[in-house]
Amino acid sequence: MSAVAKTLDVKGLNCPLPIVKTAQAIKELAAGDLLEILATDPGAVPDFNAWTKSTGNELVEQSEEAGVYRFVVKKKG
Amino acid sequence: MPARIVILGGGVGGTLAANLLTKELGRDAKVTIVDPTGMHVYQPGYLYVALGQANGQWLSRDERTLLRRDVDLVVDAAERVDTDAGIVHLRAGGSLPYDHLVVATGSRVVPEQVPGLVEGSYHFYTLEGAIRLREALRQFRGGRIHIGIAGIPYKCPPAPIEFTFMVEEYLRKRGIRDRSEITLLSPLNRAFTIESASKLVTPILEQRGVKIETFFNVESVDPSSGTVTSLEGQKLESDLLVLVPPHRGSAVVEASGLGDAGGWVPTDRMTLQREGFENVFAIGDATNLPISKSGSTAHFEAPVVVSRIASLIKGTAPKANYGGRVMCFLETGNRKSTVLRFDYENPPTPPKPSTFWHIGKWMFNRIYWVTLPQGRIPEMPGDKRRAG
Ligand SMILES: Cc1cc2nc3c(=O)[nH]c(=O)nc-3n(C[C@H](O)[C@H](O)[C@H](O)COP(=O)(O)OP(=O)(O)OC[C@H]3O[C@@H](n4cnc5c(N)ncnc54)[C@H](O)[C@@H]3O)c2cc1C
Repeated sequence: MSAVAKTLDVKGLNCPLPIVKTAQAIKELAAGDLLEILATDPGAVPDFNAWTKSTGNELVEQSEEAGVYRFVVKKKG
Repeated sequence: MPARIVILGGGVGGTLAANLLTKELGRDAKVTIVDPTGMHVYQPGYLYVALGQANGQWLSRDERTLLRRDVDLVVDAAERVDTDAGIVHLRAGGSLPYDHLVVATGSRVVPEQVPGLVEGSYHFYTLEGAIRLREALRQFRGGRIHIGIAGIPYKCPPAPIEFTFMVEEYLRKRGIRDRSEITLLSPLNRAFTIESASKLVTPILEQRGVKIETFFNVESVDPSSGTVTSLEGQKLESDLLVLVPPHRGSAVVEASGLGDAGGWVPTDRMTLQREGFENVFAIGDATNLPISKSGSTAHFEAPVVVSRIASLIKGTAPKANYGGRVMCFLETGNRKSTVLRFDYENPPTPPKPSTFWHIGKWMFNRIYWVTLPQGRIPEMPGDKRRAG
């Protein structure tokens, strides 16, 4: 598994900010790069699943630990 | 000597806090409010101005007439706060020493932050903006209207949806609805950020023939071709683009080192104190709290700040906490409205849109001018159960 190119910390931010910041951050990356996102808003789970489906970016990992949701998104090629 | 309390900003939060403070503290405090305009504007009215239902005059009153007599009004802008010395420096050169400071400077729109937004789109977030949009709507003879958000956070989150419903009705009344296409651009995969409200408005939007473009986060506008591009890479052509501009906190917050990167004041969610300060408070749009920037937020926060400052002055144990309470009406057109009431713990469960809440909103528009000078908070039916 390749390394994460960038980590976006959106802990404490409420929807829709995690999605907006992710959309901004992923623009800066190259195709195939991995973006890691750390969020605390539980609404981020359905939002990230829907956003990746809709935009064609791939949600390669998601997990939760102590109230922090971690997503890894691979920029579409 | 009375405690010197200085309030920056004579909007909803500042005016209410000033009146409540003098009521609560009487001779124990000298309350001074600073505002550059000396006029108080009822911003929800901008929506009506844009749709030709009200003129600008109806929206503004002389701030002095809304303040209790014992409040001092200084018509000037605060330029910088020296928190070490406890002094507010004013633009005209004067200065005001304080024992307690309330930052209620609201938010401002910064359309220049998005390429093409100033020339290529309209908005209803300032009086000038609303008048410009009204003229564009008058010239409109049919075509594609796109409504969206070009920056987050922005004040009154339901406003773009309200505008959508109201403009749909407006076009119907003008007989050009069938020649027009209305699309709502959403940053998420639903009409509105709050799930319950989204579920309620989506079928109504469908009924009215409004399209929703999901995951459309505005990146730029090309004024020459009338296109708007999203961060997600989509391009849409439009004949009338209505985009909520990005917002920032007031310049004085940044100049005083009291703000975060967006110019918002880092504020304790319960005590409303500026983080790291005992005697500096923030209310309303000026805070960084992850809760709707709305007049009602400022309304519900003001008594908390007043009670906390009173405790500091009297040396009693502070009790009041802000629970995150917000109340927003949401007009759905055809003389119907719903209402979103929520706080930190409880998401809203909005009632089915009805004429009752539409009238409620109109009553609120009127009683606003009566309750503000009295420092009273209007209670709405069903509010009691979660008062406090
Ligand atoms: C179109 C629209 C519709 C809305 N609808 C609703 C609604 O239906 N319900 C609702 O609850 N809210 C609504 N709002 C939001 C509401 O108007 C604001 O959230 C509210 O006014 C915030 O109050 P405030 O006191 O924080 O700031 P404001 O009321 O904006 O007041 C800030 C004040 O600070 C002053 N100021 C700025 N800089 C300085 C400085 N350097 N020195 C001194 N003073 C300064 C300004 O002149 C201003 O008077 C709407 C807003 C808009 C634009």
